[in-house]
Amino acid sequence: MHDEVILLFEQCLNGLQFGLLLFLLAAGLTLVFGIMDFVNLAHGSFYMLGAYFAATFAALTQSFVLSAVLALAATLAVGMAAEVIAIRKLYGRDHLDHVLGTFGLILFFNELVRLIWGPAGMNLALPPYLSTSIEILPDVYYPAYRLAVIMVALVVAFFLYIVVMRTRVGMLIRAGASNREMVSALGINIRLLYTFVFGVGAALAALAGLIQAPILTVQIGMGENILIVALVVIIIGGIGSIRGAFIAAIFVGLVDTVGRAFLPEFFRLVMTPAAASALAPALSSMLIYLLMAAVLVLRPQGFFPADGR
Amino acid sequence: MSAFFTVRSLVIGALLVFLALLPVYVATTGQFFPLTLFTRIIILALAATSLNLILGYGGMVSFGHAAYLGLGGYVVGILAKEGITSGFAQWPLVLAVCALFALVVGALCLRTRGVYFIMITLAFAQMIYYVAVGLDRYGGDDGLTIYRRSQFAGLIDLSGKVQFYYLCLALLLAAIWLVSRLVNSRFGMVIRGSRSNERRMRAIGFPVFRYQLTGFVIAGMMCGLAGALLANHTDFISPAAMHWTRSGDLIVMIVLGGIGSLFGPLIGAVMLLVLEEGLSRLTEYWQIVVGPLLLFVVVYAHGGIDGVLASLRHA
Repeated sequence: MHDEVILLFEQCLNGLQFGLLLFLLAAGLTLVFGIMDFVNLAHGSFYMLGAYFAATFAALTQSFVLSAVLALAATLAVGMAAEVIAIRKLYGRDHLDHVLGTFGLILFFNELVRLIWGPAGMNLALPPYLSTSIEILPDVYYPAYRLAVIMVALVVAFFLYIVVMRTRVGMLIRAGASNREMVSALGINIRLLYTFVFGVGAALAALAGLIQAPILTVQIGMGENILIVALVVIIIGGIGSIRGAFIAAIFVGLVDTVGRAFLPEFFRLVMTPAAASALAPALSSMLIYLLMAAVLVLRPQGFFPADGR
Repeated sequence: MSAFFTVRSLVIGALLVFLALLPVYVATTGQFFPLTLFTRIIILALAATSLNLILGYGGMVSFGHAAYLGLGGYVVGILAKEGITSGFAQWPLVLAVCALFALVVGALCLRTRGVYFIMITLAFAQMIYYVAVGLDRYGGDDGLTIYRRSQFAGLIDLSGKVQFYYLCLALLLAAIWLVSRLVNSRFGMVIRGSRSNERRMRAIGFPVFRYQLTGFVIAGMMCGLAGALLANHTDFISPAAMHWTRSGDLIVMIVLGGIGSLFGPLIGAVMLLVLEEGLSRLTEYWQIVVGPLLLFVVVYAHGGIDGVLASLRHA
């Protein structure tokens, strides 16, 4: 097969993988926003905590899968605790208060991590069965880990869809989103439901974090920049919509990854190599924001605004 | 007009006298550190004052205001690197670049409201941050050292610590004066009105969007000026100046000091940075105190320090 085509194919897979990762982050954000009308900037902290927990448990248990499960449970617990202690008091306030309160939480979690794990980063090693490459097409090899990530994220997305759309808990969640008082008047413990949803959102972020941990270094503040990309995703998808978040996440993942890979080449066609190498890195990181600006001009409320908003 | 000598006006008066006399104290003790610290505080108070115009009075919660700090700094830094050190060229260009960026970003962001507005301003600031990281010629991630401060042809020497301090203080007071004139003018009434009830303002017949965009541009230019000062103060500019946590810091200053109060941003800047300075001497992990403190202020003390002062009867 032609080299360029193979490269494009690989970059598309990478983009898909990045997009699914963004979805895991964006799903929690958009779920919490859609249901509690709450803006959670500290979502990236759960991403970071997931990675730190996974790295710690991996050192203790020597098992990647077990440490991942433990890390998810631990972050779920931290998320629910944060909701009960702090977040709960901010529901019903204006969005500026949400932003500030969760900004305070970010400072707290970053510092807490530095206190517990120290300023140096950590590494999470892959088990041997995931650090190989698989021949996905004749003569085209792709890392097994990235394939596993794509698979896991798709399963989680499907599972989330089933839970929200087809189960009793999902029904309560959707009902709580449209009318909080009505649901609690019917005898449902809405506070508990909110705590649960917040915890699940935190666990989804932790899953994204621990997935990235073997690829990147586990470090303080690792969740902050990717959180802003997740915000771009939910702006494009329409805040509060899980379906919108899914489609927008894959779209953003593809545009960002493929753009970074091919924009420099493209620039070299139309301008001098020096100008191209100076401009391309700056411009390719602008791509997703330009995409967001374009979406805003066309549809200020995003592509799939959640019902009733 | 209940009384002129309220606790609030006394505190603000004392703070201003303190700021005006600080160089005298520094000159007698010979310790320059407080002057450096307070120059920085005043510059960031200027940035927070500009944000207060749109956030406090206009209700536009911009979470990307540090972008203008960075833009202002980078215009000064890039021009200095290319050999243009005249402040008469640098500073007007700072204002022009920031006005243009605010115009474009504002026109896009103001199509949206509420939480979308917060996130989108944040996203555009992050975009500029990454552009700065990508500028290899101008230091990229590592930033750009400014070897020569802006030159004003003998009018004022920015390398003189005391002169620079008084310049920053004068600009801050001018900005506070400008904001007070603006918010009490017809223009200010319109943006304040659209904060409380935008639909009604529109129904009365005001083109709210244009007023808000004008406010957004003015705030951007004012903050760009703060950026130019900051770059001159540190002789350095890097993408860190417009990291999104810096935008968060500016909002924190306003909320600590009191949203929509003229001297609130200054009080908040002094509070936050002095607190940081003090805590960082006590413990390396000072943010573990600041984070929950912020949460506490948000949950329990809504009007900020200025709100508390205003609620006190005269002592």
